[in-house]
Amino acid sequence: MSQGRSGAEQRLVTPGMAIGPLSGMRVGSGAVTHNGEIIATKLGWVREFNGTISVDPISSPYLPRSGDLVIGTVAEVRNNLWFMDINGSFQGLLPMSLAPWKVEFGQARQHMNVGDSALARVQEVDECHNVVLTMKGIGLRRLSQGAVIEVPVNHLDRIRGDNNNNLDRMKDVSDCRIIVGENGRVWVDGSDDGIAWAREALRIAKEHGHKDNFKSIMEQHEKKLTKKGDA
Amino acid sequence: MGGYGDVQLLRDDGLRLDGRKLDESRPVTIEAGILPAADGSAMVTHGLNVAVAAVYGPMEAHPRKIQRQDRAVIDVRYNMAPFSTSDRIRPGFNRRSREISKVTAEALESVVLVERFPRSKIRVEIEILAAEAGTRCAGITAASVALADAGIPMRDMIVGVASGKIEDTVVLDLDKAEDNYGQADLPAGILPNTGEIAFLQMDGDLSPEEFDLAMEYNFKAAKEIHEIMVDALKARYDGGDS
Repeated sequence: MSQGRSGAEQRLVTPGMAIGPLSGMRVGSGAVTHNGEIIATKLGWVREFNGTISVDPISSPYLPRSGDLVIGTVAEVRNNLWFMDINGSFQGLLPMSLAPWKVEFGQARQHMNVGDSALARVQEVDECHNVVLTMKGIGLRRLSQGAVIEVPVNHLDRIRGDNNNNLDRMKDVSDCRIIVGENGRVWVDGSDDGIAWAREALRIAKEHGHKDNFKSIMEQHEKKLTKKGDA
Repeated sequence: MGGYGDVQLLRDDGLRLDGRKLDESRPVTIEAGILPAADGSAMVTHGLNVAVAAVYGPMEAHPRKIQRQDRAVIDVRYNMAPFSTSDRIRPGFNRRSREISKVTAEALESVVLVERFPRSKIRVEIEILAAEAGTRCAGITAASVALADAGIPMRDMIVGVASGKIEDTVVLDLDKAEDNYGQADLPAGILPNTGEIAFLQMDGDLSPEEFDLAMEYNFKAAKEIHEIMVDALKARYDGGDS
């Protein structure tokens, strides 16, 4: 299951709640140890995997990590760099040396202006949460068409499904190009109907992706597009 | 704390004017996630008090002079709506709301893992829609649930509770008449799992024995309200509709 809710042992914990004794277990994200006990620090589902106990948070802000593929929006342009809104606490900094174009000093605005969206990768995050982005890499580019749809960061697994099943199915049915950014932004490009269908499919995946009847809900939604196309 | 002394606050049968026992709290209801635009939110009704809290962030702290290089700052704004009491409250910050914002922020800073978010700010807005004594406690409870709803990591949640003294008797959870004409008020912010105290204020005088009894009542109420807080968070998410 995409959200680690695969069995009856899944339980919801609130901050401060004792998960259990430490007894040789490792403590993962969303939990701390206190007096030999594992204490949850976030509201979420307890997950035990490979001797590590962690809490899968129910809602969580995006915390950038090096290597993340993100969809950013230019918030500010300087002579030699762009500040990108990446849906996190801090803006990401994209220097012109890491842009995919040859940029002259003072010409940054001609390549990307405020409000433009781009596919980028997190190059580096330091201990003070300064984020450096790069657009050098395969597929990293300015997104000049399509739609960017925001989804909660902790629901990305549901949207992708096991082995990207849900996502691949959405791409097939809507006949759209879909890229999921780790920062909770999804880029969808295709026909207007396809984008509208994908937008609704993302909402369904977000709300029902972890349920047993998800497949049937999605199949019903798929029929809607087929019907519309037939007519 | 008027302490007029000639106002009868306890009935002849030993109960309080509203029929509660000495160690009985007013009814509490909590709902999490009531504001779709906020990162986390909650509404608490405690007796006739209605408190709504919204949490935004963590976000970059502005102006930069308030940034801390090693931790987040918690920016709390407590406000009573003009229509929250029968006498209209003049809108805007005043001495009282400034004090409550400060003590609430300090209490929350002791439980939120602020060191995880250097240079950031977590904005907590507490709005009191209806007031009937004990708004700071309802506010801090609402803020705590809203922080959990926003996914902010915390060591524990804080429960705001209060006890006090009326007619030389220690009682739990003062209502408006008891607050106005009683002899003492002891609001506290309690961490229900660890039993620690995140904030404590006292208005009026209590003997050491009375203080101990008041705190005993506070801990008992904190446990009860904590269960309601947990239920509210679970009700929002346990159905799987998150």
